[in-house]
Amino acid sequence: MTAVWTSIAVVAVANFVIKAAGPVLLGGRELPQVVVDVIALLAAAILTALVVVGTFSDDGRLNVDAQTAGVAVSGGAFLARLPMLAAVALGAATAAVLRAI
Amino acid sequence: MPTFVLAVSFGVLARSLDWGVVAPIAASTVVFSGSAQFALADVLGAGGSALAAIVAAVLVNARFAVMGVAIASTLEGGRLRRAFEAQATVDASWALANRGGGRFDRDILIGATLPQYAAWVGGTIVGVAAGDSIDPEALGLDVLFPAFFLGLLIEELRSGRQHIAAAGIAGALALVLIPFTPPGVPIIAACVGALIGLRRAR
Repeated sequence: MTAVWTSIAVVAVANFVIKAAGPVLLGGRELPQVVVDVIALLAAAILTALVVVGTFSDDGRLNVDAQTAGVAVSGGAFLARLPMLAAVALGAATAAVLRAI
Repeated sequence: MPTFVLAVSFGVLARSLDWGVVAPIAASTVVFSGSAQFALADVLGAGGSALAAIVAAVLVNARFAVMGVAIASTLEGGRLRRAFEAQATVDASWALANRGGGRFDRDILIGATLPQYAAWVGGTIVGVAAGDSIDPEALGLDVLFPAFFLGLLIEELRSGRQHIAAAGIAGALALVLIPFTPPGVPIIAACVGALIGLRRAR
C-alpha cells in the first residue's frame, strides 16, 4: 500500500510540473526542435512498451491468452478509426466471450 | 462519456489490485490522468516497484510537456495562473482546442476539461463502489488498460516514420526483456533503446 500512495503523490506532483513547465517557463517562446522531437518519440516508445507488457506479460512470463486476443481486436478497431470507447469495448467483449466459451 | 467509462474501469481494476477505497479516488482527484494512472496500476499490479511505476507514469505523460509548450502563448496572466490553467492540458481537450498552425483556443481547452474532470472523479467513485461485485476478467476489463494505450499509440504512429521506428525498437526490447527482468524494467529499457535506435537512424 505504501508503494501505491507514494506513487500517487509523486506522480501528482510530477504531472503538475510537466503540464505547467511550458506555459510557465516559456511564455510564448519555442523549445529547440531536437528536444521536442525526443519528447514526442518517447511517447511512442513508452506507449508501445506499456501495450507489450500489459498484453504479453503475466507475472514475468510471456503469455498469449484471451486478453491478447481482446487487445488485438481493439487494435484493429482503432486502425479502422472507430472511436476510443467503441474500440476498447469491442476488445473487452472479445476477451469476455472467449473466456465464457 | 468515454472519460466516465474509463474512470469506472480504473476504479474497478484498482479495487481488484487491492488499492482499497480511498487510494483510487485520491489518484483520480490529484493525478487526473488516465494514462499515468493506468501506467501506475499496470506496473504495480505486475509486482513492479514504486520507482518503476513512477518512471513509467512520468514518461508516458511526458507528451504533456510538448503540448504545454504548444499552448504556452495561448494562456493568460502571471506565472501562477498560467501554471494552473496549464493543468487543463489533457489529450481530448488539447486536440479540440487546436486551431491549426500552432494556434490554440484557451476557452475551449479549459471548457472541455472541466466536465471531464468531474466525469473522471465521479466515474472512479462509481467503479470503486461497484468493485467488489464485479469480476474484471470475466468482463474482459483487463483488456482496457493495454487497449487504451494501443489507441493512444496508434494516434502517435500516424505522425511519422520515426515514431514507428521508435515504437518497433521499444516493442521488441520490451518483449525480449519480459522473461528476464522484474516488471517495470522492460518499459524503462524500451525507452532508452528507442532513443539509441533514433540516433542510429539519423
